[in-house]
Amino acid sequence: MAMKELYARLKALYPLGELTDQRRDLAFVTLPAAHLRDTILHLRDKEGFTHLVLLTAVDWLEEGQFQLTYLLNNRQRACDLGLRVMISRDAATMEGIHDIWPTAATYQRELREMFGIDFPGSPRIEEEFILEGWNDIPPYRRDFDTLKYAQEAYAERPGRVTHDPETHMRLQMYPGQHPAGK
Amino acid sequence: MMTKPELMKRMVKGPDGLEFEVDPLRDYYCEAPPTVMPGAYIQIVEDFFNWARSQSLWILGFGTGCGAIEMRPLMTPRFDAYRFGVAWRPTPRQANLFIISGYLSTKTLKRAIRAYEQMQNPKYVIGLGSCTINGGMYWDSYNTIKKLDEYLPVDLYIAGCMPRPEALLAGFEEMKKIIRAGKAEGANQYAENFAWYKANQKRVIHDWDMPDYNW
Amino acid sequence: MFDMFPPDRSQYPAAKPDGTLDIDLTSGKYLKLWQGPNHPGITGNMSVELTVCGDEVVEGKTHVGYLHRGFEKLMERRTFIQVFPIVCRVCVPEPDFNEYCYAACVEELAGIEVPEMAKWIRTLILEMGRINSYMMYLGGQAGALGQGVIGQWTTYVRDLMLDRFEELTGARIYHMFILPGGVRDTLPDGFAGRMEETLREVEKTLKDVYDVMFCNAVFKKRTVGMGVIDPSWLEPYGVTGPNARAAGVAKDVRKDAPYLVYDRLDFEPVTGTNSDIYTRADVRRRDVWVSVDLIRQILAKMPKTGPVMAPIPNVLHWKIPRGETYVRGECSRGEYGYYLVTDGSGTPRRINVRGPSYTHAMALLERMIVGCNISDVAALMVSLHTYPPEIER
Ligand code: SF4
Repeated sequence: MAMKELYARLKALYPLGELTDQRRDLAFVTLPAAHLRDTILHLRDKEGFTHLVLLTAVDWLEEGQFQLTYLLNNRQRACDLGLRVMISRDAATMEGIHDIWPTAATYQRELREMFGIDFPGSPRIEEEFILEGWNDIPPYRRDFDTLKYAQEAYAERPGRVTHDPETHMRLQMYPGQHPAGK
Repeated sequence: MMTKPELMKRMVKGPDGLEFEVDPLRDYYCEAPPTVMPGAYIQIVEDFFNWARSQSLWILGFGTGCGAIEMRPLMTPRFDAYRFGVAWRPTPRQANLFIISGYLSTKTLKRAIRAYEQMQNPKYVIGLGSCTINGGMYWDSYNTIKKLDEYLPVDLYIAGCMPRPEALLAGFEEMKKIIRAGKAEGANQYAENFAWYKANQKRVIHDWDMPDYNW
Repeated sequence: MFDMFPPDRSQYPAAKPDGTLDIDLTSGKYLKLWQGPNHPGITGNMSVELTVCGDEVVEGKTHVGYLHRGFEKLMERRTFIQVFPIVCRVCVPEPDFNEYCYAACVEELAGIEVPEMAKWIRTLILEMGRINSYMMYLGGQAGALGQGVIGQWTTYVRDLMLDRFEELTGARIYHMFILPGGVRDTLPDGFAGRMEETLREVEKTLKDVYDVMFCNAVFKKRTVGMGVIDPSWLEPYGVTGPNARAAGVAKDVRKDAPYLVYDRLDFEPVTGTNSDIYTRADVRRRDVWVSVDLIRQILAKMPKTGPVMAPIPNVLHWKIPRGETYVRGECSRGEYGYYLVTDGSGTPRRINVRGPSYTHAMALLERMIVGCNISDVAALMVSLHTYPPEIER
């Protein structure tokens, strides 16, 4: 209920998308990238969402978009609001929020390295964060195939077998039956 | 080979005002590759050496993966590895046994190689956990190596995920047997096949910015 | 010799207009010093790059990534049940929170109701894990200041606690017990009695630790007033858990947004006032007492029998409709959470792990390390209680 009221108040100020009520104390809302900063400042200063829980990205490869999720927490009212910002996958850049929460700089460095989303002006954004000497597309993107990369890059010890769970279980339960025979 | 600014040749002004040239790769590191250490001339002396070596396994306290968490119980009265002559040392210079405690990301591999090369001969390597053997849980990970003996000479593997402290104690005993039998020739193997090891290491460490052999 | 250091140390070194420090390494005034990754005074496999002037740190940069395995990528390749055995490896010293948060996320999106009994057992496991983690911390904190004996004692009781874990789950470190839908098993016979024995041992050790560590003049001298987290930093730097509670803010997810059965247990979050290393250590010590008390309450109040697993779909064909959620818990370091996005297929679309060390060891540590003595860096870092594997995953 409280979430609905908050949404109504916010909606009057900013062009927000639909509200997704996940739980009594957790909701997600989509908003355009241009209004993110104002909304966050409003939420932080007027609505008491003072704690940045996380900042992360989801790769919607099929739709050609990255979803950035800014999860804010209001401790007094014990509720969380997730702000979803959709940005285009190619030439992905986003305005940083490291001046609102200094700790966001770390998240932005990770996103830059793992997804290739640029946050111009964020501190130490150019430096390598986790990987060292990475020479492929950013690894958390959906089109990066980690198994293929691992097989090409690293020597493997022969003898590892992988069972497809479904075929394996069928053979276990109905021995003798050919796995392809359904 | 990328070069870090601190590894480049430069002019340095000392505190006394004198200027001098520093070439870190030549001045701070030894360029000579490792050499094979021959055994003692008489077999009985070599056996005696090996017996002595097996009695003092000093481990480098470098926790490279999850397995490091079981080192703590080993150092305390419950399992007390010290009674087997096993001790933990903070620096590679004082250690002769390197326990690779689990998965190695390429970033740590680089440090592990440096640490290994800095250790004094004779030195031994134990691979702990299935990650060092064949990649374990992370068989499809883009950032961990799958087969440790391609990059460092391994004398003994301890299987398990994660291996219990008892398994480690058994592993130490096994290691001692190997040393006493004179079969722990990892360091010599490394010196003999130095080019092969380096090629393997360079294949996975893309920004190789250190000297080829830094001890 | 000493005219190298201007009398006013606060002006030193000058900052450039963009806020970064103007440090000229060739001037001979400054020295770059790496602490880690192979260093006894570091909290695991990470490193800090210190720029020192004399023995005072003028700048510190945290470097992580030595333990990166790409979990969030690997999870996207695995089915929901295949993710379960690997989540606990995210954070080595306290793995159970990964299992709980992941299981809770999946249950929420798949609409599974967890049986009552399973909730109590989960709470029990989480509290046991908390004691373990704090015991590691106390040993580490004393060890960073040269008191090796505390580590011997606390590791001993941690081993006792691991025995209880082994009895319950069959494993010492990675329990893989809390799976989506419930827990694997009920408590074994006589568990409560043996647990009580262990708890007595914990209490006895805690008293000893208090006498030897917290009343020790050297320990006090080196920690009181050292490494202060200003309460105004809590929100900007995302400080949670004991680090925030030592600054006087009773941030505790167990109380703020009770999960599992915490609303039916009687406890108060421990807070401190001074926000220095000593207070943070003290808050954690007193928090162990709370956990000991909670375990007693749980064992007394929990139902004796009942199902421990809710029916879950065939795991080979388990698909979860599109949705996203975030579930948090209060681990020994602060707020631990999982953010799960599903897209209707048999594998997660994205899992993001929010570990408290992520903010503590990066932005906060870099802020706090300035002006500190080289010999105090280890104590400072340990006092934030960070575990590198959960930073880089
Ligand atoms: S073998 Fe298991 S315990 Fe050891 S490093 Fe690998 S995942 Fe961790």
